[in-house]
Amino acid sequence: MKHAFYYKTEKIVINTLIHLFLISVAVTCLYPLLWMIVSSLKTQDMIFKDISLIPHQFRLENYVQAWKEGGFGRNFFNSIIYTVSVVFGIVIISSMAAYAFSRLKFVGSKFLFIMFMAAMMIPIPGSFVALYVLLNKLHLRNTPIGYILCMINVGLSTSIFLLKTFFDKMPKELEDAARIDGCSKIGIWWHVALPLAKPVLAVVIVLNALTVWNEYILALIIFDNRQFMPLQVALQTFQGEFVTNYPLLMAGLTITALPIILVYLFMQKYIVKGVTQGAVVG
Amino acid sequence: MKIKDTLENYTFILPAVTIFSVFYIIPFIWVFQLGLFDWDGISFTKVFVGLQNFKEVFLQDRNWWQSMWNASYITLIAITLQNILAFMLAWACDREIKMKNFYRVIFFIPPVLSEVVVGMVWRFIINDIDGANIINRTLTGMGFANLAHNWLSDPNTALTTVAIVHCWKGFGWGFLIFLAGLQTIPRELYEAARVDGASAWQSFKKITLPLMIPVMVLVAILTVLGTMQVFVLIVSLVGGEFAGHTSVPVLRILASMRGSSRFGYACAQGITFGMVLVAISFIQYRFSKKGQ
Repeated sequence: MKHAFYYKTEKIVINTLIHLFLISVAVTCLYPLLWMIVSSLKTQDMIFKDISLIPHQFRLENYVQAWKEGGFGRNFFNSIIYTVSVVFGIVIISSMAAYAFSRLKFVGSKFLFIMFMAAMMIPIPGSFVALYVLLNKLHLRNTPIGYILCMINVGLSTSIFLLKTFFDKMPKELEDAARIDGCSKIGIWWHVALPLAKPVLAVVIVLNALTVWNEYILALIIFDNRQFMPLQVALQTFQGEFVTNYPLLMAGLTITALPIILVYLFMQKYIVKGVTQGAVVG
Repeated sequence: MKIKDTLENYTFILPAVTIFSVFYIIPFIWVFQLGLFDWDGISFTKVFVGLQNFKEVFLQDRNWWQSMWNASYITLIAITLQNILAFMLAWACDREIKMKNFYRVIFFIPPVLSEVVVGMVWRFIINDIDGANIINRTLTGMGFANLAHNWLSDPNTALTTVAIVHCWKGFGWGFLIFLAGLQTIPRELYEAARVDGASAWQSFKKITLPLMIPVMVLVAILTVLGTMQVFVLIVSLVGGEFAGHTSVPVLRILASMRGSSRFGYACAQGITFGMVLVAISFIQYRFSKKGQ
């Protein structure tokens, strides 16, 4: 009996220690975010006096000011437009290519697929220099369309890989049935393959949306005009302009971070899947 | 009929191949080409200088090698501190424990945030503003007032501070992959070991560690590739256009391009850096093959 009691106590002690460890890390994760949100609700002089995490004031003025005077509304709108159009482009283009690599026979298919996969693994840190030159030549620099096309390219390889892996495992019977009914190849891709691929399309959509929303370097070199910039780059100019106004900056950061946190909380199943699968590629 | 069929097949890959050729392959070739020229990015004439740019990168550019050292230092901390923490957390969550999903959700919040947001919030928390600097306040409260200082502008602590914030942002990612790896280990193995009288430590050493080695190598390679190329976090954390003495290679490339308008030189730096990265991941890959 003493033995059993000893084991039980040991288990409780170990579990408590593990929970303490996990909770302290979780608090470290959340603290900066709470600090950001609470600070965005304060006034500039309260930020130095009151460091508690419970807001004593609920000033939404900072948000109004950031949105209107800081021009953040415009940048928020830009980020939405870029994210939606890039993700839409990637879904259409990469699912067509992945379907072809998986199902259709044509000369060079293996070579092209290997090329896409190689691009995923070879890092070229200086490529943005050449990309800048290229966009200048094409007169696409400082234009939204130039940025959108570049970002579609960024997401292509991984998306093609995820979708092709899925199509390879998908049973062919439904497609055969559609073909006998006289459906064209494009028709089969659109009406049969894409609806079946919904789970993996969700992964592709969420992963790419995160990438585009958080992207920085290409937006930095492509855009000169503040009116075209997405949030991430606009924040940098924001910091320079309002160097002492921390509540305003924190309001801007909250506006930038909140959508991504919400998307993550609702879609985390797909993000976890995408991250673990995506890692296997590399 | 046959021709129409073939053409139809090619239309499926045409959009992807076009975008890929224009925005990946052409820049890829141009980087190697431009690396051989002296060019300011605007003028019509480029001066061919051969391997002069590379010679300068290797032999004369002290800032460049300083930035390489900085990135290596941050990477070293990430690969040890961050990955050990990630592994410990994953191991703690890989069992029947309450609130498992809660922890998993929380730990992955920092990785989904953008580096700009993370850098700026942490700058606000640890920057030297009298009232708001939580770290300094805690130190003063605990009686270590002499340790409280500006962590980011002191050259002795700046790089380590950057590395720790980087770990804060990154550990959740390693945690997720380690956890996925741990969950593939069949529970029966642990059961059998327990029946045979193995202690928790023994079954960790004999079962968990050997089976996790491939995952560890994978995480290590991806950590090195990711961390060596980090820069947005540093810019938004340290401030200043090219982050001064906490500069990293990508920032040096950006500085050559935007600061001193030397496009050819920037490409030479990029190629040098790219080759270092490929070499590192190749060595790690070979090393892991031998280890098995």
